[in-house]
Amino acid sequence: MKYLANVTSLKFFSDTCTGCGRCVEVCPHAVFIIVNGKKAAISDKDRCMECGACVRNCAFGAITVNAGVGCAAAIINGMITGGEPSCGCGDTQNACC
Amino acid sequence: MKIISCCSPQHKEISDNLPCCPKQEMPERELVPSIVSKVSAEWTWRDYLGQIRCRISSFRNSYAVKPGFYAVGSPDRESDIFVSANYKLSFDILRRALKGLNAWLLVLDTKGINVWCAAGKGTFGTEELIKRIVESRLEKVVNHRRIIAPQLGAPCIAAYIVQQKTGFRISYGPVDAWDIRQYLEAGYKATEDMRRVKFTVWDRLVLTPMEMIPALKIYAIYAALMFFIMGLKPSGIIFKDGLADGLPFFILGFLAVLSGALITPLLLPFIPFRSFAIKGWLVGSMVILIAIKYISPAMPVAAFSLLFFPLASSYIALQFTGSTVFTSMSGVKKELRYAMPVYISVAFISIVLLVFFKLNQWGIL
Ligand code: SF4
Ligand code: SF4
Repeated sequence: MKYLANVTSLKFFSDTCTGCGRCVEVCPHAVFIIVNGKKAAISDKDRCMECGACVRNCAFGAITVNAGVGCAAAIINGMITGGEPSCGCGDTQNACC
Repeated sequence: MKIISCCSPQHKEISDNLPCCPKQEMPERELVPSIVSKVSAEWTWRDYLGQIRCRISSFRNSYAVKPGFYAVGSPDRESDIFVSANYKLSFDILRRALKGLNAWLLVLDTKGINVWCAAGKGTFGTEELIKRIVESRLEKVVNHRRIIAPQLGAPCIAAYIVQQKTGFRISYGPVDAWDIRQYLEAGYKATEDMRRVKFTVWDRLVLTPMEMIPALKIYAIYAALMFFIMGLKPSGIIFKDGLADGLPFFILGFLAVLSGALITPLLLPFIPFRSFAIKGWLVGSMVILIAIKYISPAMPVAAFSLLFFPLASSYIALQFTGSTVFTSMSGVKKELRYAMPVYISVAFISIVLLVFFKLNQWGIL
């Protein structure tokens, strides 16, 4: 299943990539592949859900993404309160996930 | 032999269970069994009941196990260490998957929420993991320096920082705990398939109660309001009219909830378009069209229904983005940018239409 095309904020900078493979290991949607055992490459950008796992685990700063929750309630919440989208998971009342 | 001070303040909890206070000599090996709790890999009926309650109610917000260090089977100095959230359901699924294996379990304090959510919230994180590794004195418990963390926790764990600070190298285990055995047998390697998050009909089905329940709460308010509006006459509220005139609205409203919270999530991959708002609108339109054919309400009611209910379904379907495993924030923001103005204007138009309808009914217009 794929979500909207051409919306992800994922960016990859192959210059700093060492091909360590962490991004392939952590991505839950197989967005990255390692090409010829040397460097990573994006195989399908539209599968990215902006979870941020790749960015957090790339020790070489070769990836950036505007990570966040893809949750309508959270984003509407964020719009109303003017803060960051938050799904209220930790709070006791209501959790969207 | 080594002198162990188990009465230091940071080991207060541990020392209470130790017979070694005050300072006393004890073999280092024996430290291990005394600081860990043993857990079984089997599920009891309580575990099954808990799982069901988590799926359907806010019970899941308080379903937690004590963070700390656990043993499954009889692990030794070479056994693998698995990291888990202290959400009891995550913990249970992991320990069940470890059945027949001997392993250590390091349970982080994620405030009782699951790995994925905790990662999003930041409670399942690098700092917490480092703290637990240090507190559990892992380097004394095992000879190796490997830790297996759940892949879905990766958004909040910087593996390279954990390694720098503690010497332990994190390998991310498969997404599904059931694959752990295969992952271990393959030498800590997950296939691409094991790395991918699935979203099966079953996964979606177990999520629908959490879509239906909040939607039905709003539905109850809506139904009461419709009853009141339909029953409202210049002479007061007529109970019979409220029921009779309100009936199509009760039925259609309920169908809108079903379309958005149940049918759309279940049929998700088969409904055309990628946008959840459009998917929900399509399903809602179909269902409402069919229903109108059967109920055949008065013309103005039918027109109102075709405008309002498919969009209600669309709005409810859009909420499902919060439960999926593949929607991105940028994507949902884009949907909302287009959909919100439509929702707000249609809600406004609907209210105006209702007022006209009532005024007309009363013969004022
Ligand atoms: S984690 Fe970073 S350095 Fe390693 S392969 Fe991926 S992009 Fe390259
Ligand atoms: S943000 Fe998440 S989904 Fe997107 S590429 Fe990185 S790890 Fe994959």
